[in-house]
Amino acid sequence: MEDDAAAATAAAEAEEKAILSDIEQKIKCFGKDRGRLIPILQAIQEEHQYLPEGAIQMVGRHLEIPASEVYGVATFYNAFRFNPPGKHPIKVCLGTACHVRAGDIILENFERKLEIKEGQTTPDREFSIERVACVGCCALAPVALIGETVHGHMAPSKVEGLLMRIQIEKEKEERERKQDESAQ
Amino acid sequence: MAKIVIDGAEIETEEGANLLKVCLDNDIYIPNLCRLETDETPHASCRLCFVEVAGYKSPVPSCTVAVTDEMVVKTDTEPVRRLQKTGLRFLLSTHKIECKDCPANKQCELQDIAKFLKVGLKPKGLKQRFHETDVDERHPCFTYYPNRCVLCGKCIRVCRQEHGQSTLTFARRGIDTVVSCFQGDDIEKLPCEDYRACAAICPVGALEVK
Repeated sequence: MEDDAAAATAAAEAEEKAILSDIEQKIKCFGKDRGRLIPILQAIQEEHQYLPEGAIQMVGRHLEIPASEVYGVATFYNAFRFNPPGKHPIKVCLGTACHVRAGDIILENFERKLEIKEGQTTPDREFSIERVACVGCCALAPVALIGETVHGHMAPSKVEGLLMRIQIEKEKEERERKQDESAQ
Repeated sequence: MAKIVIDGAEIETEEGANLLKVCLDNDIYIPNLCRLETDETPHASCRLCFVEVAGYKSPVPSCTVAVTDEMVVKTDTEPVRRLQKTGLRFLLSTHKIECKDCPANKQCELQDIAKFLKVGLKPKGLKQRFHETDVDERHPCFTYYPNRCVLCGKCIRVCRQEHGQSTLTFARRGIDTVVSCFQGDDIEKLPCEDYRACAAICPVGALEVK
């Protein structure tokens, strides 16, 4: 297990390094005035789905402003995230209708089951939790999205089942892959 | 020169002067938390320095008003005090009352204003909301206490005015707003070690020198 964890950290570090060198190249195309701050952050987020810590420093250096200021702006907007999204991003709706039907309890259930907070990603990069405002199907409130799939009429008791289903599917895929490999 | 009347007393001052400053200079106390002498434009974020100016429909924050000739100002009216008390109670609802353990005890502007407005430190009728973390140790030179901070922003502005840039910043937003810094920022470039204006200017005890 420990080897797995070490390998995962090493992989994550290598990944971040690759991302940073990519950003270093692309950031040069942007001007140096302060007004470019948000467009730069948006470009990074669009390309890599999140803002690594090193990127914040890099942007600060490029615009010649303190990294703290970049950090302040990036934390102000919900659009920016600081963790890579999981393979199955979970979005819990907290729009008006879902709020009224206790969407916050659904969010809390996901948080407790996965042992992460909203905005975070599980260490194995399988799941991440986000809160969103209205998915556009208020009649089904409370609503949660796992990947692209909408799950309506959510209840706390359904949370575990949904996560279990993904886990079982993953195990099944792995079994099939192993069978294929041994068949060859 | 402009002649104005504040609470019935005639005062001579310069046209265009800042009304809050004029009042304070003439020993007329108006509660305020976010005013910095060196600010070019008023920050106007604490919402405590309200006064009534004749000709204005409702009370205005005095730090945003420039004096004009024959202005008539009242600082102690019922609507003004109601606004100030409400503002203060909101500030106190996110402020952990642990005055005994706080180094700012008895030199705390929040305590002074509460006493002045006769508002209890534990305001009734408002739900208290605190940040999850009591202590933030991320800055190499300062310890930050989010549940003491009133978010006046004076620490950030005083540092920026002195050094052109600041390692302190507001982070997050709304009820979650905190004063923060980014770890790994080039703090060595700034003389935080020997320059502690930010901790000195704090009206409460939210920034402590390590």
